Amino acid sequence: MKSERLDLSSRRAINQDSFIQEWPETGLILFDSPFDPKPGIRISRGRLCELDGKPEAEFDLIDRFIARYAIDLTRAEEAMALDSTEVARRLIDIGVPRQELVDLFGALTPAKIVEVVNRLNTVEMMMALQKMRARRTPSNQAHVTNRKENPALLAADAAEAVERGFSELETTVGVSRYAPFNALALLIGSQTGRGTALTQCAVEEALSLKLALAGLTTYAETLSVYGTQKAFHDGDDTPWSKAFLASAYASRGIKVRFTSGTGSEALMGHAESKSMLYLEARCLMAIKGAGSQGVQNGSISCIALPESLPGGVRGVLAENLIATLMDLELASGNDALASHSSIRKSAKLMLQFLPGTDYIFSGYSSMPKEDNLFGGGNFDAHDLDDYNVLQRDMQVDGGLRPVSDEAVLKVRRRAAQAVQAVFRQLELPPVSDAEVEAATRVESSADMPERDVVGDLEAAGRFLEEGRSGLDVIRALAREGFDDIARKVLALQKLRLSGDHLQTSAMVLPGPRVVSAVNDPNDYRGPGSGYSLSPERRQEIASLNQALDPREIGREPAARSGGFLRETGEACAGTDPREIVIALGPAFGTALRATLLGIPHQEVLQAMIDGIRAEGLRPRVVKVYATSDCGFIGHRGAQLSGSGIAIGIQSKGTTIIHQRDLEPLNNLELFPQAPNLDLSSYRTIGQNAAKYAKGEPVTPVPTRIDNTARLKYIVRTTVLHLHETRQVVKDRNPRELDWSPMQAAAGSGAVEKALPA
Amino acid sequence: MSNVTDNYPLSEKRPDRLTTPTGASWKDIDLQSVLDGTLGMSDLRIAPETLELQAQIAESAGRSQLAENLRRAAELVKVPEEKILEVYQALRPGRSTSGELESLADELESQYRAGRCARFLREAARAYQA
Repeated sequence: MKSERLDLSSRRAINQDSFIQEWPETGLILFDSPFDPKPGIRISRGRLCELDGKPEAEFDLIDRFIARYAIDLTRAEEAMALDSTEVARRLIDIGVPRQELVDLFGALTPAKIVEVVNRLNTVEMMMALQKMRARRTPSNQAHVTNRKENPALLAADAAEAVERGFSELETTVGVSRYAPFNALALLIGSQTGRGTALTQCAVEEALSLKLALAGLTTYAETLSVYGTQKAFHDGDDTPWSKAFLASAYASRGIKVRFTSGTGSEALMGHAESKSMLYLEARCLMAIKGAGSQGVQNGSISCIALPESLPGGVRGVLAENLIATLMDLELASGNDALASHSSIRKSAKLMLQFLPGTDYIFSGYSSMPKEDNLFGGGNFDAHDLDDYNVLQRDMQVDGGLRPVSDEAVLKVRRRAAQAVQAVFRQLELPPVSDAEVEAATRVESSADMPERDVVGDLEAAGRFLEEGRSGLDVIRALAREGFDDIARKVLALQKLRLSGDHLQTSAMVLPGPRVVSAVNDPNDYRGPGSGYSLSPERRQEIASLNQALDPREIGREPAARSGGFLRETGEACAGTDPREIVIALGPAFGTALRATLLGIPHQEVLQAMIDGIRAEGLRPRVVKVYATSDCGFIGHRGAQLSGSGIAIGIQSKGTTIIHQRDLEPLNNLELFPQAPNLDLSSYRTIGQNAAKYAKGEPVTPVPTRIDNTARLKYIVRTTVLHLHETRQVVKDRNPRELDWSPMQAAAGSGAVEKALPA
Repeated sequence: MSNVTDNYPLSEKRPDRLTTPTGASWKDIDLQSVLDGTLGMSDLRIAPETLELQAQIAESAGRSQLAENLRRAAELVKVPEEKILEVYQALRPGRSTSGELESLADELESQYRAGRCARFLREAARAYQA
């Protein structure tokens, strides 16, 4: 049997994701593979001779590296003897300082670390991450790439990303020979606006080093590490070769971050039946042992693999946490596409977003995901408004800020112009005015003019061969009048001399000013400590472009049309059985002039009058002052009505048909959702009121049901009702009103009276 | 906090201690010197002494492995890029015998006084052999 409802559910985004059961033999398991070793250590005469049950003779390269560089043997026996649950509790105990835990975890084995972390539930891991990340101030990294590798668009996207608050930008290439130009475009774009950012270009190691040496990039993140020796070898490296490379970068004053993540070993077929988290713990210890200041992990490009398994998202949080326990800078993933489902993606993001990490994304796709050459774009340019709202909702610093459309267009154009100028000065293939204009405004590279690919590749190749460098870029910028950008690029190059950004969790703020775990250490010790939003930052996060000033609501020009009502005296109880009273709320037609939907009050009143008259009865209009409540307005009207029937209407348009002998909050018909009422509804309301008075059978006024109405209009409803309530005069009796009919309103200024004077 | 970390960031607090391997000082490096052509990329290199200062800062912040990395880096400042890439290639899997790694270690030690790096290579050679 088939259910249409189930069928529709099966086609939801979440059901396009892949889900599998665990398969420990192949490493398709997050925690607790039956093949994972048990924690253990044996030290003999200052030498580690057994690691997690494996004797030294059986050590692979990773074991050897960890044993040599990543475990503090002076404390290891004592630390390993601690009960894992007790250590786990210390992680979330605000009485235990971060440094004490860093020292403790520096003396544990991979299996012990995993056992401890696995004693925490997801919320506890988030609490631990909040406490254990290295730098106090959280931040964010962006991806900047495009399919056509257009330099003007790259620069414009980079400039916008920095304007939005990203403090690191990463690009890569579709065709590796483009690398110098992509790096160049990012370098210029990143220094165009008021902000600044470190930039990198993810390419093969040797080329990556060359770009950095030439001053075209300022950091590198490509040093991948794996948890088994075979996977490491497939990556064509060993822990020693990677560690040496890290020193090589540092020797040139270039910041480096390693890369690892759950799932890579299983994906490469070399998991050796170990759980993903156990292997990742080995990676992170190797990274620490290599002397790296930091890591990007959180499964990175493999993310959909752990997420196919039970506990996948928790496992990824656990690996982020272990990175911080190793005292490493953490760029916490969230980059590659992790799910088809927005619900699932957002829920997962919260695990890093709420506790905060050094870089919440290791690549937020700052352009539309179609242009993301990393296979990334879990969140992209079109999610930025959502992201800003999440920051505002939770009052969490996710590293970004709302920016105006004008500011975006301004920095985009200037960055594209700067690239155009530098290409001109350095006699590279020209960037046309049309490209600059397009780079400022396009949705994606699909809309960019075509460039001469062969010419670009040739020139990009020559660029490095001829020994061009960041200094040539600085000179070109200055000669073309972009002094401000030239100075900022130079300031970044100069930072290399200081090595300040080689310290753990370094980011560069305008100035440039380096902020790292040394001068901004995470000092979280429970409520009232650690990072908190400054008043200025709180205001910045709150100031969404689309946030309205509530004082302006209800004061729109359309709502300020001329008066059409005139009070003629206190309203008395009527005696005419053919009259229907229309009782207006205290602001109707005076302090307010239109309903929630912006329908002018005069037209609304006329529609009800027309409806009453169509049934041959006589409308009479009064204003109620004593209350702004719809039921009570209608009830007061009904007491005055000769027929005993009245229509009560609030300024926002909510309407009721009332009868004299009903309780105030009872009614004949109630139309609580003003957004669903149009002029013909109001006319029918008039008719129905008249029919009740005549004792005829009445079909209730049909109204649309729109369950988003409250969502869309609750703010306006609140503000309009507030204005109405401000007009309430408790002890003022209802007033009789004359009104200007619609057709005469513009012309003769005639006034109708409901009752003979 | 110790005195060492009080000096951090050096670019703000102790620019007077920052020089380049070519002898240029922090304040010499400005837009004018770039435009004059008196400054080259080689002037924008970190000095071994600076890396040692950063190593001390890392150490006093409790990061001994990072400090060791920065001290290896200090030794590599004077090693040309081609040699660095050669050593890196030699350390990659299956590229060299332990004898070849040993002789590279000797070269680093004797020619560049890179004792830490040499020791690191020898440790790699032993691990690769095991």
